[in-house]
Amino acid sequence: MKFDAKIPSGPLESKWERHKFDLKLVSPANKRKFEIIVVGSGLAGGSAAATLAELGYNVKCFCFQDSPRRAHSIAAQGGINAAKNYPGDGDSIFRLFYDTIKGGDFRAREANVYRLAQVSGNVIDQCVAQGVPFAREYGGLLDNRSFGGAQVSRTFYARGQTGQQLLLGAYSALSRQIGAGQVKMFPRTEMLDLVVIDGKARGIVVRDLVTGAIESHAAEAVILASGGYGNVFYLSTNAKGSNVTATYRAYKRGAAFGNPCFTQIHPTCIPVKGDYQSKLTLMSESLRNDGRVWVPKAKGDLRAPGEIPESERDYYLERKYPSFGNLAPRDIASRSAKEACDEGHGVGESGFGVYLDFADAIGRLGEGKIRGRYGNLFDMYERITDENPYKMPMRIYPAVHYTMGGLWVDYNLMSTIPGLHVLGEANFSDHGANRLGASALMQGLADGYFVIPYTIANYLASTKLEKVATSHEAFKATEDSCRSRISKLLAVKGSRTVGSFHRELGKIMWDKCGMTRDRQGLQEAIKKIPKLREEFWSDVKIIGGNEELNQSIERAGRVADFLEFGELMCMDALAREESCGGHFRTEFQTPDGEALRDDEKFCHVALWEHEGQPEGPATGHKRHEEALVYENVKLATRSYK
Amino acid sequence: MKLKLHVWRQKNKSAKGAMVTYDADNISPNMSFLEMLDVVNEGLSNTGEAPIAFDHDCREGICGSCSLMVNGVAHGPQDATTTCQLHMRSFQDGEELYIEPWRAKGFPVLRDLIVDRSAFDRIIQAGGFISVNTGAAQDANAIPVRKLDADEAFNASACIGCGACVAACKNASAMLFVSAKVGQLSLLPQGQPERQERVLNMMSQMQEEGFGNCTNQYECEAVCPKQISSDYIARLNREFISATLAHPNTRK
Repeated sequence: MKFDAKIPSGPLESKWERHKFDLKLVSPANKRKFEIIVVGSGLAGGSAAATLAELGYNVKCFCFQDSPRRAHSIAAQGGINAAKNYPGDGDSIFRLFYDTIKGGDFRAREANVYRLAQVSGNVIDQCVAQGVPFAREYGGLLDNRSFGGAQVSRTFYARGQTGQQLLLGAYSALSRQIGAGQVKMFPRTEMLDLVVIDGKARGIVVRDLVTGAIESHAAEAVILASGGYGNVFYLSTNAKGSNVTATYRAYKRGAAFGNPCFTQIHPTCIPVKGDYQSKLTLMSESLRNDGRVWVPKAKGDLRAPGEIPESERDYYLERKYPSFGNLAPRDIASRSAKEACDEGHGVGESGFGVYLDFADAIGRLGEGKIRGRYGNLFDMYERITDENPYKMPMRIYPAVHYTMGGLWVDYNLMSTIPGLHVLGEANFSDHGANRLGASALMQGLADGYFVIPYTIANYLASTKLEKVATSHEAFKATEDSCRSRISKLLAVKGSRTVGSFHRELGKIMWDKCGMTRDRQGLQEAIKKIPKLREEFWSDVKIIGGNEELNQSIERAGRVADFLEFGELMCMDALAREESCGGHFRTEFQTPDGEALRDDEKFCHVALWEHEGQPEGPATGHKRHEEALVYENVKLATRSYK
Repeated sequence: MKLKLHVWRQKNKSAKGAMVTYDADNISPNMSFLEMLDVVNEGLSNTGEAPIAFDHDCREGICGSCSLMVNGVAHGPQDATTTCQLHMRSFQDGEELYIEPWRAKGFPVLRDLIVDRSAFDRIIQAGGFISVNTGAAQDANAIPVRKLDADEAFNASACIGCGACVAACKNASAMLFVSAKVGQLSLLPQGQPERQERVLNMMSQMQEEGFGNCTNQYECEAVCPKQISSDYIARLNREFISATLAHPNTRK
């Protein structure tokens, strides 16, 4: 497999500026000759589709939801980072860059992350111009807060609904282009496969989720912005429909997958309550600004939290990480909660929970102020748990939230398949082994508004692209393989529901490839998953047929891909014999239980290459390495003590 | 808990639908309403019957996908709560529940409890935006916005586009939905240049889609999971009238 990160030469600060000048342009008259496909309508896909249409390209945008406004970006609560330094507290592009590199435990590319920090301010400008109602001060200027692991206030927010407001901004820009006829929108349409012709991405095959029709769409370039794969764990904070199919199908067609084992477990979610649980709900990390995390010092202490005196509580984050305390980064806060519970200090029925207590903050600031800051989150907590967090501490536990891994892309956001570009959570690029709070929204919008519009022009202008139609044999062949896969699923007529397989896979992944991993567990998972996959293909039960709105088929296709992808994740976790960020191998830790990186051997991106025919299961997965070169920061041990 | 469910089943857009009765046993009060339906569906699948189709995605009350009439009330009995956030502890053991899709001319049923809400997208496409191309924006703090206006704009923009307002209204009016977007953008300085064209275009699209007009019953406000105030409808009427008077010839 050939790959080149195409990082521009020259000083870090001027790489992007120079690169933009070096990139070829497409003239306005020629732009209208190009079709671009965008899969996904979240922050990355929506912003890309809108911007490319504004520039004059013909865009087709696809989403499986009934409207592009419902993409899962909408659920992001906390905020979006930008190096505006409006509060004058010492922020800068370099500091945002450095914090992001360090937060990612030195497993991201310097050049990409610097560019992200550079355009972060433009993102805020654009959103404000669109009418995104960010929080403001009484003087009318924008308000900032500090957020998960940052010592400056650089996070812009819109109450606890920042993702919603940013997405509605992108959706409004997209809607304007749909209305103008420049974007053709295909809601309730799911990508089933990528079409590659002469080694280049030339289109996709989709299923109309209302009629079941399998159709092809041809284009000069394809953009995947289909989000992350957290639902491989079954229980996660992702929306129910979020899936790996688009990126995994592209992987099978030759796109390298970067660091699939890098997943983020978010520390503040509502604990699991029963077997019927269908998803986990996040409580924004911003709560840790005012909430204090603790567990009883005594093991198995069943007293109500109010009855446990101060001296018998362990505020373990404050104890272990005095300088960051409750604001320690996500991976560290999550692992600490797991440790406390594994040692028997957990609270709640299951024992898998820790307290997030607002009593001090309410005492200091009053209930009104706390309601102003987190009212909607407190209400949501009460609706779900039937407990009033103003009166008693919340119970929280970590849950799968985000996936830093994704399809490998170069500096131009192009995968190893020419013409296939990948944006947002779907790519692997900017967060290394751990993502900092409020950085996902920044990256999604940066990719879509301010990076891809430049870099895709270069691809289109410098590549010889013959016109292809969907009558081309490659489209027919790909359509046929999609149809036969569905027929095969329907023909099984087994005894187990799709959901039962998904739950079983999720449990394997959570137990063996979750917050902590070890060699033995991963090896077990790598044995178990193919067996489960075999059982799925011989015993799954799907009711109904293809030519109808059939949610069982939709789920079956997604779970079938998760059943292959889960194995790849475990292989990546097994191969990475170090601990870094969210990837914690128990064999590799310092004497006091912190992650132990191995920069000698693992300061690289793992690129996985699919072996075997794209239509069938992989015959193997081959690992490659892209060395990470740090010219501007010193590799340091990440310490938040 | 044990419940008796009466659920609207309809195979596709053109098929005739009917209410079908199911027993829901082993329901925990801590389940969400949709988790209860998951359990019923798992049972239906096991017996070979087609599961009940319903829209859902984030299951945390923000995506706006879920859309059920529960006992005649859009999103069910709990105030300010989407169906996905409604929990079974809101119901009594042994209760009978009637579960239907949104009913409105503008929202045709696609299957069972799933309706087509693309009319809402088309209303936004008609004018629910500020025309600013990427890259054309000035520095964010160059446009100060009075905090009270920004907060008020936020209250309106919290709309999740679920369509409960339409479902609850005897006229199937979409005016709360339209007023939320018009209200948000007309309150902000960025929204001023297109203020009049926006309201005219959105209102005309709303009518084209078959939604009715407001007759001041405020059932929309009562069921809105995001508590969008019907004051925005008053604001919408004012915007509409002043735009109509200002540009009598631009009205479609």
